[in-house]
Amino acid sequence: MLKVANLVKRFGGFTAVNDVSFEVDQGEIVGLIGPNGSGKSTIFNMLAGTFPPTSGSIRFEGRELAGMMPHRIIHLGIGRTFQIPRPFRRLSILENTAVAGFYGQSHADRAGAWSAARDALDLVGLPTDPDSRVDTLGAAGLKKLELAKALATRPRLLLADESLGGLDDAEMDQAAVMLRRIREEMGITIIWVEHIMGVLMRVVDRVMVLDHGELIAEGAPSGVARDPKVIEVYLGRGADDASEAARRGAGQPA
Amino acid sequence: MALAIAGVLVVAAIVGLPPYPLHIMIVILIWAFTYTGWSLMGRFGLVSLGHGAFMGIGAYVTALLWNYGGLTPWLGIPVALACAVLLAVVVGYPCFRFRITGHYFALVTLALSEVVRQTIIATRDHTGGSLGFTPTPKGNDDTPSIIALQFDEKETWFVIAIVVWLAGLAIWRLVDRSMIRYALDAISEDEDSAAAAGINVTREKLKITMISAVMTALGGALYMQYQLFISPDTVSGIAISLQIVFAVVTGGIFVQLGPTFGAVITLLLAEILRVQIGTDAVGLDNAIYGIALVLFIIFLPKGILGSLIDRFATRRG
Repeated sequence: MLKVANLVKRFGGFTAVNDVSFEVDQGEIVGLIGPNGSGKSTIFNMLAGTFPPTSGSIRFEGRELAGMMPHRIIHLGIGRTFQIPRPFRRLSILENTAVAGFYGQSHADRAGAWSAARDALDLVGLPTDPDSRVDTLGAAGLKKLELAKALATRPRLLLADESLGGLDDAEMDQAAVMLRRIREEMGITIIWVEHIMGVLMRVVDRVMVLDHGELIAEGAPSGVARDPKVIEVYLGRGADDASEAARRGAGQPA
Repeated sequence: MALAIAGVLVVAAIVGLPPYPLHIMIVILIWAFTYTGWSLMGRFGLVSLGHGAFMGIGAYVTALLWNYGGLTPWLGIPVALACAVLLAVVVGYPCFRFRITGHYFALVTLALSEVVRQTIIATRDHTGGSLGFTPTPKGNDDTPSIIALQFDEKETWFVIAIVVWLAGLAIWRLVDRSMIRYALDAISEDEDSAAAAGINVTREKLKITMISAVMTALGGALYMQYQLFISPDTVSGIAISLQIVFAVVTGGIFVQLGPTFGAVITLLLAEILRVQIGTDAVGLDNAIYGIALVLFIIFLPKGILGSLIDRFATRRG
């Protein structure tokens, strides 16, 4: 479904992403993890069209995405969320989602947009009435709204910049269950970007680990969590993350 | 509401108003239409200080085609509107594509309005420069009024002004109730997030800019046809651009009748000052506007009408 080949991104003299290649198949949930500054967000932004790669190719269902405008990528069937939620505060919760439903496809109809918005809000568990304001939402609610907006564009591939760091354990579990449901019920393929291993390892089918802009490990969560290179990256720079991974991660099957 | 006002005005015209109040009302309605056109962009944070450019093009292109080409305004105005759209795209596209927003957008458009004014002055052999320009009167070769779009009776102009003004309000309402309003509200808050919702940011901004430019140019053309005299300072340049902004901010940028309300207040104020104080205080109205603008932006950012409606709504709710 998605085929990334030899992706490189340089900012001036700094190489943020160095020759990364990977594929994602239809129906998978793939985790993309790595410590801060490892290049996850850069890859994410190139997939979403925020900026073009320096070189390399990104093919989605056979189409080249490199250099395409962000809204065109959305129209092709790739939805995205933002790590820090970016709602439109002048619009209500329903309007936020409906505008994504309407403009998320190149030829949408109004009625369809509003019903897609209600469906998406229902799924994530947010109010569907026309008057609920964005200001009433907390951190978890804003993340749900981010997800609802992305779903309203009716994607086949969802790029979830989740970063559940700000949420408590219950909210993290809820978010993880949500992503699973989205895959199961709507058949949407998901790339989940995260910097802590934690709950992600119990949900994804496959995980890719980035460090210094390079892919250092890839495979099933249980195998990757035991990979010496991964342990070194996480133990070396964040013992907290690694111990949490061990505590909540591959040891407990989902 | 708007229709009720229009009804009262029409009755007033039929009953027969003296020419002077009629003249004031015609001028107010034409400007109100122009202001409404500006507010379509302004309400979404697209603060243009260059609408004098579109107005100048509407007025001068129509008048020049009439005088030098004998082209009836019925065809001249569409040509002028097309020129305004072309200018809107030429200036707007790079601004929107390369994300020149906020203050920088205001600066670019500020330059635009001055470029058009200077162009009119520089081509004085054809446009009369600073001395102004008078469209050839229809009487010179007995062209019918309707072809020349020149009418002796103020009542005719009054009806035209009302129709155009109502059309402006209708366009405002159409935009307000369409999905483009949500898109532009979203864009005005966060362009990246809007793009992630699938919105073609450049295209949606261009659309509203083109609509706004057309309305402003039409306002300029009608003003010219009515006054039968234009000068660079009355239909273009920074002063006119700022006058538009003043009026809309005063009246209320987010409500349908806000620009109209702003037109009534500012034009009446200017007229009263002119009549009462006369030429001793030329520019006094501008000084008052300047002070008022600062006060409004600080204390009443929704404008007079917008704040009144808010207060009314909260008292009800």
